[in-house]
Amino acid sequence: MANGARNMEIATPPQQPEQGQSVWDRIASSREFKDLMATKRSFIVPAFIFFVIYYFALPVLVGYAPQLMGTKVMGPVNLAYLFALSQFFVAWIIAGLYVKAANNFDRLSQDILDKTNKGGNKQ
Amino acid sequence: MNISLVMFVVFIAITLGITYWASRRSTGSAAYFAASRQIKGWQNGIAVAGDYMSAASFLGIAGIIAFQGYDGFLYSVGWLVAYLTVLLVIAEPLRNAGKYTMADVLAYRLKPRPVRGMASVSTLAVSTFYMIAQMVGAGALVKLLLGNMVTYNQAVIAVGILMIVYVVFGGMLATTWVQIVKAVLLMAGTILLSILVMAHFHFSFGQFFGAVGQVTYHDAKGAVVVKDFLTPGLRYKPPYGPLDLISLGLALVFGTAGLPHILVRFYTVPDAKTARHSVVWAMALIGSFYIMTTFLGFGAATIVGPDFIKGHGGTNMSAPLLAQALAGDVFFAFISSIAFATILAVVAGLTISATTSFSHDFWTNVIHNGVERKPGEEVLVARISAFVVGAVAIGIAILLGPTANVAFLVALAFAVAASANLPVIVLSIFWRRFNTAGAVMGLAVGLMGSIGLIMVSPSVMGIDPPTLTGTARHLIQAKAWFPLENPGILSIPLGFVGAIVGTLLSSEPTSQAKFNELLVRSNTGLGAEKATAH
Repeated sequence: MANGARNMEIATPPQQPEQGQSVWDRIASSREFKDLMATKRSFIVPAFIFFVIYYFALPVLVGYAPQLMGTKVMGPVNLAYLFALSQFFVAWIIAGLYVKAANNFDRLSQDILDKTNKGGNKQ
Repeated sequence: MNISLVMFVVFIAITLGITYWASRRSTGSAAYFAASRQIKGWQNGIAVAGDYMSAASFLGIAGIIAFQGYDGFLYSVGWLVAYLTVLLVIAEPLRNAGKYTMADVLAYRLKPRPVRGMASVSTLAVSTFYMIAQMVGAGALVKLLLGNMVTYNQAVIAVGILMIVYVVFGGMLATTWVQIVKAVLLMAGTILLSILVMAHFHFSFGQFFGAVGQVTYHDAKGAVVVKDFLTPGLRYKPPYGPLDLISLGLALVFGTAGLPHILVRFYTVPDAKTARHSVVWAMALIGSFYIMTTFLGFGAATIVGPDFIKGHGGTNMSAPLLAQALAGDVFFAFISSIAFATILAVVAGLTISATTSFSHDFWTNVIHNGVERKPGEEVLVARISAFVVGAVAIGIAILLGPTANVAFLVALAFAVAASANLPVIVLSIFWRRFNTAGAVMGLAVGLMGSIGLIMVSPSVMGIDPPTLTGTARHLIQAKAWFPLENPGILSIPLGFVGAIVGTLLSSEPTSQAKFNELLVRSNTGLGAEKATAH
């Protein structure tokens, strides 16, 4: 319940004329928050671009280079099937790496939460 | 008595037991719509998988692979990879900033009434398309399984009544556990089938893929053909096939992150970190399942054969017929009742997402300005709308009949989700300038663009010879205006363009001013909805 009350306080940004900024703006412009966003971006953007390229390479190659993709590489198994199968493992690996990286995000955002809540109690 | 019927009655009894238990546990909006946000990460992961692996996955994919080989497996790939969009972009911000529906996230910075109204329309559209496809599938399946014991109409009505019961009495908690039971059954059945397929080939991948390399069947003209089913291009043929494949990929990879019944699942867990873990659990299950469609589909192609399947219920019966060929009637009944359980669980998930959106977004927020006039009203409205949704779905499914060609409805659901929902969610989280006009226009253009393009696509339009009847027949007998079955490649950019143009044409300082609030909330979880005690 104490938690809820505190959140309510945050949810309605106090109008402080001397600062002219809401709690949200203050957090958004803090160095800690910018750090969090930069850390997130440095993982999510490359990971997203990589998976989109890797995934769409499959329909593009299968559709426009069927000869190449039909090449048998392991007995009767062709490149097309192996490439499709690899998508599952690549997706799992990216998910695993993300969870690892996200532990870092959690730590950074916990710092911001702690700092904000401390500030909130003082007021 | 029929074994399928017995197994199915057992499943229904278990799910009704769950519903009774859930109905006695707790009351209130957060309990009804979000299972008090107390579902554990692994539980929600299994439930997401249960919500996602529909009849289209289990019966449909196995059937497409059994008839068109490799190209069918490409669906499997897209359906898993799609979860990276959910994991990297959507799940955590949504859990941090929302309450019950995807519109909650939009309503933070934008004018709530127009945005929620439009988002509700799009949610109901996606859920209804998806649901009708499942209901028609269920009716047709029961007719095949129970023969003359149950008619199509009775089956559709039974599914409709059960889904109403789950949702009205059990809410999100019961729906979650029905999903979990179903997902476990589905995985068990699929693993068993896969092992039996490999046992048939003496556990030799060489023998298995060797057989896949020479599937023999009669083509449309009655000639015997031998095809390598690992070769791409049996379904997606030039000139438009490759483009259609890319378009399908786009709809799957960006549509999943806009499916309302998947998105609402992330509100059932305590926080964003748990939401993240539930996506990872879901990816483990969904990925394993879709890899095993290799054995289901190619197993049916090699062991049962397309000719036999065609004569015994058609493509959708591939997996049950494979079970019958490998282990006899009891296993056939087991796999068939799993297929039926699958449909029931997915339909329940769709119903709860539709009713949540109607009562929370439309009733409370659009009509009554965000105020519940008396406690419990939101839940009451949701319960009433579950009856309406159920009745409408039963009515349309009966009207369409067992032979309706409904495959395009699932494609439509994904296309609308990708073209209408995803652009506005993404832009509202990432673009400071984004505003109400942009959201409404993005949703409207994405919704109408994808529906319009499907209506003039080969999924709906085509000229059939008069001898062709039933499922294969096109709804509109004319040459298709748009060459692709899936509109994603055009409709997704349309949705984004609509949202961007709408934004640029108007100015809304409050939306920009509140961007920091949404940015901080969605990234840190500050002020996020907490789990509630019973």
